[in-house]
Amino acid sequence: MSTIRFVTPDGLSAFLDFLAQNGRRVLVPVEKPAVKRSVVFEPWSAGRPFTLEKATVPAKAAVLPQCETLLSYKKTKNADDPAAVTLTLDDAPEAVPTVVFACRPCDARGYAVLDRPFLQGPYVDPYYRARRELLTVITLSCARGCDTCFCHWTGGGPSSPEGSDILMTEIDDGYVLQSITPKGEELLAAAGLADGTERFPAAENARKKAWASLAPAPNLKMAPASIAACFTDMDFWQHWTERCLSCGACTFFCPTCYCFTITDEGEGMSPSGGRRLRSWDTCMSPLFTREASGHNPRMVKAQRMRNRVSHKYATFPENWGAFSCSGCGRCIGNCPVGLDIREIVLAAVQRGAESMHEKQEQ
Amino acid sequence: MSVLDGKELRIVGFLCNWCSYGGADTAGVARATQPTDLRIIRVPCSGRVDPLFIIKALFNGADGVLVSGCHPRDCHYSSGNFYARRRLEVLKQFLPVLGIDDRRFAYTWVSASEGQRWQHVVTQFTKQIHDLGPAPRLEDAEPLLKVADMALTALRPLGTGQHAALDALKAAIRAKLPELECIIGWQQGRDAAHTVPLFMRTPEDVDKLVWGPFNVCNPAVYLPSFKGKKVGVVVKGCDSRSVVELLQENLIAREDVTVFSLPCEGTLDMARVDQELGRYTTIDNVAYDAAHVIITADGVAHSFCMADCAQGKCYGCATPSAVLADERLGTPVEVTPSDVTPPELALLDAMTLKERLSFWHGQMQRCLRCYACRNACPMCVCRDYCISDSRDPHWMTQEASAKEKLFFQTIHALHLAGRCTGCGECQRACPVGIPILALRQQIARAVAQLFDGYKPGLHPEDVPPLLGYEVVEQNIHERDWK
Repeated sequence: MSTIRFVTPDGLSAFLDFLAQNGRRVLVPVEKPAVKRSVVFEPWSAGRPFTLEKATVPAKAAVLPQCETLLSYKKTKNADDPAAVTLTLDDAPEAVPTVVFACRPCDARGYAVLDRPFLQGPYVDPYYRARRELLTVITLSCARGCDTCFCHWTGGGPSSPEGSDILMTEIDDGYVLQSITPKGEELLAAAGLADGTERFPAAENARKKAWASLAPAPNLKMAPASIAACFTDMDFWQHWTERCLSCGACTFFCPTCYCFTITDEGEGMSPSGGRRLRSWDTCMSPLFTREASGHNPRMVKAQRMRNRVSHKYATFPENWGAFSCSGCGRCIGNCPVGLDIREIVLAAVQRGAESMHEKQEQ
Repeated sequence: MSVLDGKELRIVGFLCNWCSYGGADTAGVARATQPTDLRIIRVPCSGRVDPLFIIKALFNGADGVLVSGCHPRDCHYSSGNFYARRRLEVLKQFLPVLGIDDRRFAYTWVSASEGQRWQHVVTQFTKQIHDLGPAPRLEDAEPLLKVADMALTALRPLGTGQHAALDALKAAIRAKLPELECIIGWQQGRDAAHTVPLFMRTPEDVDKLVWGPFNVCNPAVYLPSFKGKKVGVVVKGCDSRSVVELLQENLIAREDVTVFSLPCEGTLDMARVDQELGRYTTIDNVAYDAAHVIITADGVAHSFCMADCAQGKCYGCATPSAVLADERLGTPVEVTPSDVTPPELALLDAMTLKERLSFWHGQMQRCLRCYACRNACPMCVCRDYCISDSRDPHWMTQEASAKEKLFFQTIHALHLAGRCTGCGECQRACPVGIPILALRQQIARAVAQLFDGYKPGLHPEDVPPLLGYEVVEQNIHERDWK
């Protein structure tokens, strides 16, 4: 039986104060006022306003920052022997104990997607691991679906616990927190919150209500095979990507995209030293695949979109047994020209079904 | 030894090889006493000085930047300094919007024989920088978030455009369809309250065409990618200015493009619409009256008055009808242009330099460098070869600092000098709502002030002002600087 606690809306600040103890960084959704308002995760400090809205930018940066220093190095000359150079190198991962507070189930499932290539493959990424091991995820389950959300298409849902340590559900008079993992249980037990066992049925009701608000999901069982079958059909991809602008809004706002580029800045002899940086990259950019020779295997946007959709719905499931898409819908809502990945996946599935039908008839 | 008391500041000088560098040498040979704050970079010509050199220096620790070249009419390459004068003057007027004091940058002319003048220029400029003190740094500025006031009055009545001659437009498009590769317009997007670009190739595609306040995208952005092919484009007034600007720059050919237009009654600010709608599952209905759009989402009706919820650009719009069209449907609407300060720029105008620096620090922090702003811009025509992605020359790093991100915005803004038609797609495309349009608006205002009210994208035969020069500039008085 998991640990269940209850907190009132007024008690959230005190709970955040508790989470921020022992040098933990607590990332909370913060509203950025503008004509076009946005919500981003930022470190909590006492008294800071926060919101429980779904963030515009997922909390992916907690484990995979937009830009991180993989290593820094410095070269110093020896005064006695000018020819000798001493090299000092620091490649320790930048990791601090972190709590992500009030992300959504789609964001939390993003961590589960990222874990596969970074932790479960033949090569473990030490930088990712350092941050992931120090991460605790407190997820707020969604009260209802929304027009761009499609988490339940991809195996998740408004109260999916995958990737979360604690699942938090809003009920009439506050929030019920349920531990999912031992890490979450330990944290919750120490938090000094009121017991929530009595209110748990109310939370379960709220979760059921959220599920009921969703439109029925299509069956995507055939998606990997259908999309793989589309690979050589460039007319299909051209048709669906005609309006794409080749920017990175879909990938940079995705909780599951993890492609990166590595660049070197500065130099060892300079006073500030040299740095090797790892930063987000986007497969939507032609630069992503441009080779040193100048050759580019993905010259046109149709090829790049094919890569993005195939990766999420065909090759990643082939390698890892799950979609690398948590259905958060940010790529749809944030796209300047409203490109909808759902349409492409459904069109591919339909195309697959039609060709199957034709084969059977023959 | 410095002639000045106190600590040295960092001043970068870009000196033309033929005149000013020689002038500095003359001053040195003559043993003229000079302050030592200046670090000189020799360039072939003042025309070689990209305004971004100056911004980069100022962003990365310079307290002042001085550019000096040959006197006008004396350029070794005959016209380099004429071009430089226009560019540098625009830059000077642009700096304050970033929160940088424009006195930290100066350009002047010193010939190789004017050793004494060089001594005077350096001494004066160094004194000026010392009076200003060390330059405040973006990263030290306390982040400040302020919101533009959107309570605006439009130059013309804004409406929902539901009486537009859409059927006549569709008929005109169908008639032209066989001659054209495709015609770009708008269709319904994921629901009735959103539209997306439409590429019409068959008569069935034409049936999908919609017209109304949801048509926010600028279809002109796709035109250069069809270069060499015959295409059509359906435009609002603002979009037509992008088409004209592309023609002005020979980026598309007049004979290849067929422009279809209807008079625009304004478009909705979808950010504010989406915010008001909140999380909804289905749009049940979208209804219109002359001035309102009523969107029913999950059984709840939301009314949007066009006069209150239009995009910022629509309020000051003086070209609701296309400035250029081959097939013009509906009655063109005449609007008397007026110098209205757009809301984003008005917000910055009301701030001190220090506040502006804080503002950009606060705003740029949440930028993810997705470059939606760049790619949605119809005038960003380098496409796959943007200098922000280049490693050589190494303009930018991948670092996620506010400074680096703002530097990209200045690249975009400066490359749009005299070219930006103010369509606002950069800002609309920004997923995190950074009011970056203000930087383009300031550039546009500076260009208009310097070049007799020049507005890009109005006449296909106009030469963009930064592609030309006058031997005697009417509105640039760089010689007044002593």
